[in-house]
Amino acid sequence: MKRAIWLVPTVYIVFLMLPIYWLINMSLKTTNEILGSFTLWPRHLTFDNYIKIFTDQTWYQGYINSITYVGMNTALSVLVALPAAYAFSRYRFIGDKHLFFWLLTNRMAPPAVFALAFFQLYSEVGLFDTPYAVALSHTLFNVPLAVWILEGFMSGVPKELDETAYVDGYPFWRFFIRIFLPTIAAGIGVAAFFCFMFSWVELLLAKTLTSVAAKPIAATMTRTASTSGYELGLLAAAGTLTLIPGAVVIYFVRNYIAKGFALGRV
Amino acid sequence: MSKTVNQKGWFFVMPVVLLVAFNAIIPLMTVVNFSVQETFGDNVFTWVGVRWFEEVLHSERFHAALLRQIAFTAIILVIQIPLGLAIALCMPRRGPWVSVCLVLMALPLLIPWNVVGAMWNILALPDIGLLGHSLNALGIEYNYTRQPISAWATVVLMDVWHWTSLVVLLCYAGLVSIPDAYYQAAKVDGARGWAVFRYIQLPKLKHVLTIAILLRFMDSFMIYTEAVVLTGGGPGTATTFLSIDLVKVALGQFDLGPAAAMSIIYFLIVLVLSWLFYTLMMRNEEK
Repeated sequence: MKRAIWLVPTVYIVFLMLPIYWLINMSLKTTNEILGSFTLWPRHLTFDNYIKIFTDQTWYQGYINSITYVGMNTALSVLVALPAAYAFSRYRFIGDKHLFFWLLTNRMAPPAVFALAFFQLYSEVGLFDTPYAVALSHTLFNVPLAVWILEGFMSGVPKELDETAYVDGYPFWRFFIRIFLPTIAAGIGVAAFFCFMFSWVELLLAKTLTSVAAKPIAATMTRTASTSGYELGLLAAAGTLTLIPGAVVIYFVRNYIAKGFALGRV
Repeated sequence: MSKTVNQKGWFFVMPVVLLVAFNAIIPLMTVVNFSVQETFGDNVFTWVGVRWFEEVLHSERFHAALLRQIAFTAIILVIQIPLGLAIALCMPRRGPWVSVCLVLMALPLLIPWNVVGAMWNILALPDIGLLGHSLNALGIEYNYTRQPISAWATVVLMDVWHWTSLVVLLCYAGLVSIPDAYYQAAKVDGARGWAVFRYIQLPKLKHVLTIAILLRFMDSFMIYTEAVVLTGGGPGTATTFLSIDLVKVALGQFDLGPAAAMSIIYFLIVLVLSWLFYTLMMRNEEK
């Protein structure tokens, strides 16, 4: 009984990997093979689908667009969340609890509710179809999340640190940047990870706020799927490539994932 | 930790407040605006009061979508929370396999949602997909574009695949934060297996489980992209959940008034239920 316990996570991971394997499998097949027969692995290995994506600008531009707004959003969210999280973890001020709850309610707003209103708002301010629009709109759920995570990490730092620095004559901002931020570096990493994650996977708003110039890769995929019919191999190759940024980011925070979940209370 | 009263805190939170207000309050006001007015295009609006709200609340289509949504969320919570907890309990606590497990398990969480849908679409195709082909080969009639039951099973399975890892990671984080002393004390007292779980692990996990249930409730209640890509809400309206129905009304038919009224009702449902969950579970924790 005790020895067989490793079977549970193993079976689960195999279950997780199956659809991913199938996606990669499809991406390496020719269209003829996909439509012609059911094969467990590619009989005629081909990299044509990938070559097409890397040479066709409408395809690779999608990746550049996605990475651009995700990066902007992550930087912006963490930057504004840092002082706010500090205030929530250290100070008591009028309306602080209500404010904190209000921020969290935005995490509960279904994006479908806001899609049309967002479209109008960003058209009005002239940001429609730019990466700025998507980056800004994603702060709706990422900023509250970042505040939440960072507040958790900051509350774990004893207040004596602030007081000692004050007694030693550090001006506040110098203390904040030179001493405080390095102590919660792991928290910043975790917050950035979650912002990246939710901005990278979200599509409804990203698709609503862009048309041609700033179209995310995910939207390129859905549009291709509907216009060019049954190019499953190409679709699978594009899907496979969207796994890579996620895998890279997880690798960097692997030691903090569990810790981050606990301390950040997410 | 004791906090000092300091109104300067408002300066610190101001950037966040401005940014979120821009994104939350202005669109929300737009939606409220639409929900009480009638429009025939050309920016001519007439006041109609709560007519759209009454219309939505009495429409059978909304009831059906809401019912499907509640059923879906209930199934998701019943499957994912115990499964996630069980997997977390079986995971190794130390050693080289921990990182491998965590990285592989976190992978589905970082896949764009429409790719998740497309991936399962490819997997479940009745003739050439691994899942669809295998099921049909086993003699089970399976076609998610034609049979409502197949479609439901596929959407549920996809969501289990996509999100159970979140529950696992949360529970695992809670488990590793339990100090060894607790287990040693239990050993001294002769507690084993079920008793250790019931009286040591479960109470310590209450906090992370609350968060897991809340997050899974909110996100499954808002499911849109994955389901749309996989089934398009079909066959018929079998998997048309609330968000899908809302987008159909708002962007498909361009019925702005009813769509806005529906948005507000939808948002309020999520808000009230989340708040209820939260307070109930927090009260339990205090006891």
